Amino acid sequence: MSALAALIKRDIRIALRVGGGALIGVLFFLTVTVLMPFAVGPDLALLARLGPAILWLGALLASLLTLDRLFTADHEDGSLDLIVMSRTPLELACAAKALAHWLAAGLPLVVATPALGLLLNLDGASTLAVALTLLAGTPALTFTGMIGAALAVTLHRGGLLLAVLVLPLSIPVLIFGVAASQAAISGPLSFGTPFSILCALSLISLVIGPFAAAASLRHGLD
Amino acid sequence: MDWIDGAIDQLLPSGFWQIACKASDDYQGVMTLIDLANPTKFLTLTARVLPWLAAATAILLVVGLYQSAMAPDDYQQGATVKIMFIHVPNAWLSMLVWGVMSLAALGTLVWRHPLADVAAKAAAPIGAAFTFLALVTGSLWGRPMWGTYWEWDARLTSVLILFLMYLGLIALWRAVEDPSRAARAAAILTLVGAINLPIIKFSVDWWNTLHQPASVMRMGGPTLDRAFLMPLLVMAIGFSLLFVTLHLAAMRNEILRRRVRSLQMMQASQRAA
Repeated sequence: MSALAALIKRDIRIALRVGGGALIGVLFFLTVTVLMPFAVGPDLALLARLGPAILWLGALLASLLTLDRLFTADHEDGSLDLIVMSRTPLELACAAKALAHWLAAGLPLVVATPALGLLLNLDGASTLAVALTLLAGTPALTFTGMIGAALAVTLHRGGLLLAVLVLPLSIPVLIFGVAASQAAISGPLSFGTPFSILCALSLISLVIGPFAAAASLRHGLD
Repeated sequence: MDWIDGAIDQLLPSGFWQIACKASDDYQGVMTLIDLANPTKFLTLTARVLPWLAAATAILLVVGLYQSAMAPDDYQQGATVKIMFIHVPNAWLSMLVWGVMSLAALGTLVWRHPLADVAAKAAAPIGAAFTFLALVTGSLWGRPMWGTYWEWDARLTSVLILFLMYLGLIALWRAVEDPSRAARAAAILTLVGAINLPIIKFSVDWWNTLHQPASVMRMGGPTLDRAFLMPLLVMAIGFSLLFVTLHLAAMRNEILRRRVRSLQMMQASQRAA
């Protein structure tokens, strides 16, 4: 257990220090959100209607952007091989790494959401709903994305291939995340139904992600 | 030196394999999957089977198309109901092919079956083609019936995701030069993607959508009329045989392609030495 705690602590520390690049995801999130009014025009009513979708897309792309770092840095300096060979089960180590990545790169996105909601003319309740769905949904993005990150690092290919592999897997999360936010703001649907499916998706990815990532690391690294 | 292993795998003199296969024959006395693991044996077997399969496919598809053309018009849908005889087999196969690839992925990861990754790689483009045809025929039918080419309902969306995942898988195969390395990565992605299959199958039951619920494979027998059911079944079997034929042919091509590749690499290394 202490090994996992140490791994989490180390990963967060590396991510937050110079060269870690976790917080650059928030900057990207901000930039994408600011770009949207330029694209669709500064119509406040329209922005309020599109707001949840814009925030979700921004968070999805931002978390995709930082996924590259999940295994590559460790692969480059050789610590990934040590993690694979260590006595801690690789599945748990992968889960710990993903948790650390979510704490360093996913949680800041959720924290930044209220400020960005202001830019998109969302009122307090709507912003809260979007932030809540992001809080429930971003772990799913990180844990399914981890599968793609593990595949990409074993193949020595990142970038576009990672995006092409991960994005289809994250579509259900996007659908139910936006559906829950819309339901809270305007929809005839109750907030609880899509929100519980979103939580279920997160829990499923919490189980599947570490196993698939560990399998791909075990089979892929040589 | 992965490629040398691959080269040895596929270029061992056939005598070695005959001994190995004979040993396994003596041991079990029956033809097993292990025997098919010998690419040379696989090639000779499929060379014998493929013409018959192709002929059976052609006959079934001709009969199926004739029956579909002769089938009566639906009282509501008119002649457009005939699109269904193409659409439904394609949609079934789009899922079946992913299922076949999932089995092959297990073969790659668990049993290290030498032909499993060949099977998985050969199936991906065929599956993508079936999925694409299912989407196209579905939207051609949707235009007169639903009044729109595309509707973001649960089943259409999940089949579209399946199509994107086929494309991602093909991209993965193409991105990596070493086939055995690509095979293991693709196998894991295939198994993860298999989660989509039950979602597609049951999406019409779980969500109340525009796409009609299952009417052939359901509890309490099909709701389809016999006049429509017969051509549909013939077409489904015909398309399944088409898949088997294309798949075996593509696997043969892939084996030969790998042999050419390892020969080229051997030649290159000899020249370098």
